Parts: sequence; structure tokens; C-alpha cells
Amino acid sequence: MISRRDFLQASMAATALVGASGFGNWSRLAAQQALTQDQLLQFDTFGNISLIHVTDIHAQLKPIYFREPEVNIGVGDARGHVPHITGADFRKLYGIADGSPNHYALSYNDFSSLAKTYGKMGGMDRVATVINAIRADRPDAILLDGGDTWHGSYTCYHTQGQDMVNVMNALKPDAMTFHWEFTLGSERVNELVSGLPFDALAQNIFDAEWDEPAELFKPYKFFERGGAKIAVIGQAFPYMPIANPGWMFPEYSFGIRDENMQAMVDEVRGMGAQLVVVLSHNGFDVDRHMASLVSGIDVILSGHTHDALPEPVLVGDTIIVASGSNGKFVSRVDLDVRDGRMMGFRHKLIPIFSDVIAPDAEVASLIDEQRAPYKDKLEEVIGHTDSLLYRRGNFNGTWDDLICDALLSEREADIAMSPGVRWGPSVLPGQAITREDLWNVTSMTYPKAYRTEMTGEFIHTIMEDVADNIFNPNPYYQQGGDMVRMGGLGYRIDVNQPQGSRISELTLLKTGEKLDPAKSYVVAGWASVNEGTEGPEIWDVVESHIRKKGTVVVEPNTSVQVVGA
Amino acid sequence: MQFTRRDTLALGAGAAALAMLPFRVAAATADERIAEFTGGAEAKADGITLTAPEIAENGNTVPITVDAPGATSILLLATGNPTPGVAQYNFGPLSGSRVVTTRIRLAGTQDVVALAKFEDGSIAKASSTVKVTIGGCGG
Repeated sequence: MISRRDFLQASMAATALVGASGFGNWSRLAAQQALTQDQLLQFDTFGNISLIHVTDIHAQLKPIYFREPEVNIGVGDARGHVPHITGADFRKLYGIADGSPNHYALSYNDFSSLAKTYGKMGGMDRVATVINAIRADRPDAILLDGGDTWHGSYTCYHTQGQDMVNVMNALKPDAMTFHWEFTLGSERVNELVSGLPFDALAQNIFDAEWDEPAELFKPYKFFERGGAKIAVIGQAFPYMPIANPGWMFPEYSFGIRDENMQAMVDEVRGMGAQLVVVLSHNGFDVDRHMASLVSGIDVILSGHTHDALPEPVLVGDTIIVASGSNGKFVSRVDLDVRDGRMMGFRHKLIPIFSDVIAPDAEVASLIDEQRAPYKDKLEEVIGHTDSLLYRRGNFNGTWDDLICDALLSEREADIAMSPGVRWGPSVLPGQAITREDLWNVTSMTYPKAYRTEMTGEFIHTIMEDVADNIFNPNPYYQQGGDMVRMGGLGYRIDVNQPQGSRISELTLLKTGEKLDPAKSYVVAGWASVNEGTEGPEIWDVVESHIRKKGTVVVEPNTSVQVVGA
Repeated sequence: MQFTRRDTLALGAGAAALAMLPFRVAAATADERIAEFTGGAEAKADGITLTAPEIAENGNTVPITVDAPGATSILLLATGNPTPGVAQYNFGPLSGSRVVTTRIRLAGTQDVVALAKFEDGSIAKASSTVKVTIGGCGG
């Protein structure tokens, strides 16, 4: 990103873009701790077009706690730029007062105590209230869903995404793109997508056999708003068959396909589009790189990497908007499109403080309807925690450590591996852990907890491979997500080395010995992308472990030494 | 083609199954193939477009497209494969377009290189790194 000052200068220099986020203004109000719904929604309607962006909801219908990352390392050109700035540095960059609501919403420090002050965030009934308020200002505002919507909860798993489809349909989106949705399997995806009352967009979903655009997913959709022609181009997660089990959707091929993106931008411009919006699930660094290579995009609504940014990032003439995850935020982007081009914008990242924003009654009852058949299962307490349980961050969070501990003890393994996904809400110290909480961090359609033998050399190879998917200096070679979480194994990682040289000093924690490349170790893990993986389901493994413990305490993890951050 | 001791060693390192390969396909190195194709001419970067995925969805079948308008010949190399030569395509004067699309197998993360030769003998070259990964942790 460019600094705030550069941002304003660049705005004026480049094609007379006028930028205003209103952020500095309302953060001062918020610092007075007199939050009201009116303040959160305050927005001086601007220009002639409004976009509303939600993304990476991960099936969180109800308000949640979600701690933002402490460690989010940028490499290559991304080093030192948002979203790779966290904590106090992040607050300083955006002028956020310590202890303010935005401190709580956007950074990790003092999370447990601030959570008690400011309460849970999100809830699709509150999101509905915000969307309705924006539509009251601008009735034809375009609502765009960036995907990772039909995945991530107990009810979503048991209804195969139907609960989310029912609730999202009530919000009346105008278009959507995709990622984890495909782990429902292509048959179910085809069924749900065919029934959507809005467009499923992705210029990069192709038929795997013929390498031609897949029929079910349109590359773009035109809207007429405020006297302007707007094209919204979809961009699904590019690395679906690599990061997730490709055998679940063998008919489809993905990829970044930026040459096709350029062709689509040129095509819609040729058809008279005065504003080109990309609804993307690329991840932030990939979007920034794509914006520098593809010309003619005005706005990228960025998803996948779960970053919440109070201001858009400007790349050339393209603004990139990142709207967080789990229903914590809604972005509103007002645009002035005149004389065939974007002349200016106003943006606000609206934090959904669930105790401040009133739930929309209709959507609230629709949500309860989806949950009713599973109510007893969801609310069943399986244990308590004395520690803050969270996941988000480049390396192990406490939820991951708890899952790895469960794998080590329940599966009698030397080493545990847990995937570095970025979803999964937090649980505060002193809270009960319900089955719903546990499923929020484990729910997926390939949950088998395998137990196998791997040599020290192979374990090292896996770790190098995953590390390169996160820390490759070229964003196009990154898949998003975070480092695989290791249980029972310590290591050192130098993020700036090439693949094969990042990981060293692998240490088996139970003996303190260095890992022997030639020796075999018993490894327990879950979320394998390989077909036919066998074992119990991960939520049963972790539930059994928590029940034995009663109250969980997760000690700080000092087994990963990070160099070069 | 000379089958040198150096080639044998290079192949041995790249492929454990060398003994099973028939003798005649023992590969020239990528550099040798390039030198043979270009005749030592300097390659320019424009006039050729190589389209390849950044990360292969399946390393056993990676879609590659080379577009070189006006080319009389296109050479495609997988520089990190035990046998780097993938294919050479020759176009006659009646060929409508000079585009080739194929799927190739990659032994691991490596650079795929495409060269085009034009009527005036000039050469264009494009290269792309294709990553072959274990994958599995996208979030």
C-alpha cells in the first residue's frame, strides 16, 4: 500500500480520482465510546452508484468473536504494506485510538478484555439492517458476495449449504463468486448455483476437459445504475483443486487466468461499460499484483485472505477494497461515474457491532428457522476454556494447538498436522465451548483424521511446500491461507529463503531430538486433499479430547522460531 | 546426437528410471536444444505469447498454449524434465494461425520455455515458471 499522504496525492494526480473514506472522522467519534447505529451507518451519499461488499462469511449466521491476526508477514513487494501490518502499527497507520471500538474490531491486542467491552460482531441479521439502510439511501445499490459463504458451520455442513443459501437470498445479492462452496462437491454446487436468483460469476472457472469457460458460471454481468453501464466480472479462488480436494469437483479447472481477465475487461469496455468492478476471491496480494498487470479495472472487491482494511488501496487507477471475514464488516463504496469513467469514490468499512446494530427481525427469524432443527446439538457444552481460543495468524493459534494436542493424544501420534486455514471464530477465556464453537473451527466435507507414518525428510518436504505457498515472493505463486500447524514438532523458518531452504532445526518436542530424515514418525492430521483418506472425523477427535480435559488451558506456543519477518 | 558421459550423469540425477528408457530418446539438455533451434541467434521477447498456469492443478497434465503470429516453427521445452524436449511444431505457408495448445507432464516445479522461429530467421523466446505442489492448505 501507499501511505495515507501518498494516497491522497496519488488520488489527485491520477485521472482526478477523489478519495474519501471518512474513517478518521468516525474513529474520533468512536473513541468517545458513544457508539450508535446512526454513527456506524453515517455516510454522506456520494456520486451516482453504490456498491455493497460482503465476503468470506464462512456460514457465520450469528454474531461471533473473531480475533484479527498478530502475525501476517508480507514478502517481496508486499513486505511492510497492508494487509501485512498488524496490531499497534496498524492502529497507528490508520489513526485508531488504543482501546477504541476499532482497535477491537481491526487489531488483536487486548482482545479478551476489549471483547467483553464491545461484545460480539457480525450476525447476518445485523448485516441485513446495514444493507437495508444503504438501500434506503440508494435503492439500487449493488450487493456483491465474494464467496466462502456456504462453508464453515454445523448447520451449513448438515444442510449442505442450504441454510446459507436461504439466508443470503433474503438479503437479495446481485452476484456472487466462489471458493469453499466447491467442497460441497460439484453435483451439489451445480444444484445450488442453478437455483440462485442472482448471477454466479467467475471468468476463471473453466471446463477441465476442454479448457473452455464453464457454462454455469458467467464471466460478467452488466448493471444499469445512476445512468451508467457497470460491468461486474467474477474471479473465483484460482487454486481450488490444489488447496482443496480437486476430486470433489473434477469437471472444473480454475487458475488466475489474467490474460482472460484482460480480455473480459476489454470486452465489457467495448460493450460500453463505464465502470468495471471485479468481484474477486484471489486474496489481497494476488489482487494487488493483478491490478498492476490488467488494465481497465476500476474497483476490485477483494476476498479470500480475510483482511479488513479501513481504506481502499490504490494501484494505478484501480482501487482495492478488502472487507474482512465472518460477517464482521460490510463495505460500502459510493462512486461517481460520469463522462464514461470513474471520477471519484467514497468508502466506508462498516464494523458490525452486534450490540449496537439492531437485528433485522425478518432475517433474524429466518436464521432461527435454519438453526431450529439443530438447536440442542449446537448448544451442547462439551467443555470450558481458561485460554483465549483463536486461529487467525501465519503460525499456530491456540485453537490449532488444541486441535493438534487432541490429535497427538487421541491418535497416539508423534507429530500432528492441522491445516492453516484462516476461518474459525474465537472463544474467550472463561467461556463454555459448545459443539457449535468446535464445528466453527473444524467443519468441512473432508474431515477425516488420518494416522500414518512419514519419514523426517517427507515431513520437511511438506513443510517447505506449504511455506512456499505462503511466502513465495511472487503473489501469483501463493495460495493464501497460512502455514500448516504442527503439533509435537518445533522448527525454525526463514521466510525470505527459497523453497527448500526456509525450514530448519526440526525438533521432536517430546524427546528434544532433531528430526531424523531417514526415520519414520507417526503423524496424525486432518483435511487431507487425497481421496479415500480414512479415520474418525476431526470434530469427534477434538470433542473427545476436550471432554477428557473438562477445562482447557493452552500454553503459549514457543516452538516456531520465525526469521526474516 | 552425441550421447556424452555428462548427459548420462545429468539424466541419472533427474530420473531414477534411466535404464528403462530406450537409448535413442536420451535427451539433449534444454540449452542444447535451444542452441540447435536458434543456431545461436539472439532471441527477442516480443512476438510470442506463452500461456501456462502459475501453479499446476495436476502436474501430469498441464495445459500450455503458445501463440506466435507469423512463426514458421515453435519449439516447446520443459527445462526441468528428464527429457526437456516436448515438441517442435512446423507451420507451412497455408497455416491459418500459428498457435499450438497441448498438455504436458512436468516432473516438478520448473521453467517451461517456448521459442518461435520466423521466416527472416529471427527468434522469439518466452518462459514461464510452473509450480507443481503438494497443496492442501488454502484458507
